[in-house]
Amino acid sequence: MHIVRLATETDFEGWRTAARQLLSQRVPPEQVEWRVGEESLSLFDSEPMLAQSASGQARDPVQAVTEFKVPREFVELCRKAILHSDPARFALLYRLLWRLKELPKLLHIAFDPDVARLHSLVKAVRRDLHKMKAFVRFREIEMENGESEFIAWFEPSHHIVEASAPFFTGRFTNMRWSILTPERCMHWDGKTLTFSPGASKADAPREDSGEELWRAYYRSIFNPARLKVSAMQSQMPKKYWRNLPEAPLIAELIASATQRMDTMIAAEPTQPRRKIVKYVAKKADGMPSEQNMD
Amino acid sequence: MELKQKLEILADAAKYDASCASSGTDKRTSRDGKGIGSSGGMGICHSYAPDGRCISLLKILLTNFCVYDCVYCVNRVSSNVPRARFSVEEVVNLTLSFYRRNYIEGLFLSSGIIRNPDYTMEQVVEVARVLREEHDFRGYIHLKTIPDASPELMARAGLYADRLSINVELPTIASLQSLAPEKDGQAIRRSMGQLKSKIDESKDKTLSGKKPRRFAPGGQSTQMIVGADTTDDRAILDTSANLYGDYRLRRVYYSAFSPIPDASKVLPLKAPPLVREHRLYQADWLLRFYGFDADEIVTGTDGMLDLDVDPKTAWALQHREQFPVDLNRAPKAMLLRVPGLGVTSVARILSSRKVRAVRYDDLVRMRVSLKKVLPFVVLPDYHPGHRLDAPNLKQHLQQAVPPQQFGLFESL
Repeated sequence: MHIVRLATETDFEGWRTAARQLLSQRVPPEQVEWRVGEESLSLFDSEPMLAQSASGQARDPVQAVTEFKVPREFVELCRKAILHSDPARFALLYRLLWRLKELPKLLHIAFDPDVARLHSLVKAVRRDLHKMKAFVRFREIEMENGESEFIAWFEPSHHIVEASAPFFTGRFTNMRWSILTPERCMHWDGKTLTFSPGASKADAPREDSGEELWRAYYRSIFNPARLKVSAMQSQMPKKYWRNLPEAPLIAELIASATQRMDTMIAAEPTQPRRKIVKYVAKKADGMPSEQNMD
Repeated sequence: MELKQKLEILADAAKYDASCASSGTDKRTSRDGKGIGSSGGMGICHSYAPDGRCISLLKILLTNFCVYDCVYCVNRVSSNVPRARFSVEEVVNLTLSFYRRNYIEGLFLSSGIIRNPDYTMEQVVEVARVLREEHDFRGYIHLKTIPDASPELMARAGLYADRLSINVELPTIASLQSLAPEKDGQAIRRSMGQLKSKIDESKDKTLSGKKPRRFAPGGQSTQMIVGADTTDDRAILDTSANLYGDYRLRRVYYSAFSPIPDASKVLPLKAPPLVREHRLYQADWLLRFYGFDADEIVTGTDGMLDLDVDPKTAWALQHREQFPVDLNRAPKAMLLRVPGLGVTSVARILSSRKVRAVRYDDLVRMRVSLKKVLPFVVLPDYHPGHRLDAPNLKQHLQQAVPPQQFGLFESL
């Protein structure tokens, strides 16, 4: 059994280097175990295996790799899939690489269980990234020098904090902000991005002066005559609610919706008070328009 | 009046506009700017209300004072709803304050008509100008254009906005005339035509190779209210097909006529026809992505879509002689007509079958609704037998669990 230690959960380069070497030595996927450990300095626990090819002769792994090119699409999918939290992802990716060598068109077979799994990992990572961009909520605090800093607490499902950075730095370039998560935090001071170890919810501000207006907006933009709770929940699952300042309103809005609609339907028409002067359309030259001639 | 109260009134007044899209504009970031914001690629829904609708933009009216008397509208002159008006500065500050906290992708600003169309449009454009020029705001801006506003104002609106829209409001010009007497269906279409040519121009390089002036890179859209008049679905889809064809709209939104506070006695209120609205969106999808023609989608004799099954299934039931379809041989256009197969599933079948035959187990793994698909397809290891001829096939399909519903209000 070959044991590979990767530096971090998102160590794509480490995985790629190891996978290339394993492939050049023709080590089948079922003989590899993938682990993530910080202490590892060498990639392989069983160092001597590295220099040996299957036939027992030493060969240059780089040369072996140049003989086999994978589709660019595969590399891109791997970069995304590796951010997934599934511990079996490294093994899956190596198995796909192994099979690609035999069947270069493997990725076309969308129904193949390994290919389908790859796509489902990538989809889950993309969705998590998308939801992070959507549901991060910054809270503003004033620093000692009087400037503002914006801090958010978010709980992603996968290892996506670094991957989300370009979005936040490109959008909030001229703000000072931090996004705290249980696994990893990132900080932007307007020029440089830094990362720090995970934090807890208590490290983020508990409230923000802008949230009352936001809740007022959320309450008012909801149409009680169109209640569709499951449609809301499929897009905004409950696991996100605890970090959304508007979510505490949901129960109350649902509970009162039907009655609000019935009240509107039952209400008697009122007499217009006509505080506003009704429109008499005029063309620029002051002539009444055709349809208002009567 | 307090800002919060204004926001409540002017968001309430804006919620009958279905659009909240923030996608499809040009890619930008603030990396080389002084302000805030980015856009491009997929839109982002920052929240969802319990009505299932996405909240992507701060959707408000500049004012709900309105001199028009459109009977379906909450803001008509004869309604006694509370009125409010934002200042330009208030809208700008609200937008920036929400944006900084990552609540929104940008602003969707509309307005009741005050004084006259040009005055109103000028105020709306001024908000966008201040956001773009004074704050270097690079997020998304959708402006509702006022028909009959001057061409100079339209050009300025397009310079600042990502998307412009004008609502046709009702499916036919005759309905508009009776329910919205001050609005002019021809003028609305004329304005859409002008927007279309400006959008087209902005995409062409000029002869000298100079970049043309920016104009609404996110295109234009419109909305029609469903259920306020007696127009049938066939006529509605016909109108949509014409709008897509003539003005190359990005989207036609359908808005089920929904109870409003202080309604007009001319239009009695009832629960909104949400299923009908949903079927119209499905039909709209068939028009745009599945190669269906407007005149073949409505299969019933009453001119209405079948409420019990989706329009593609209804079509297949009426054209059973064209099924079963061989998933390994049929052309793409026919695969797209198989009930239960979406655009993505069809793409997967096409790519896979080049390498090896698609079999029964593959369909299972694809997670399509087997109950819906199976009566209509043939595979090397599966044949539907006489299921297609079964008289109770429709009832059987009605019970089929729909595959995960496409989020119609997602920013696509």
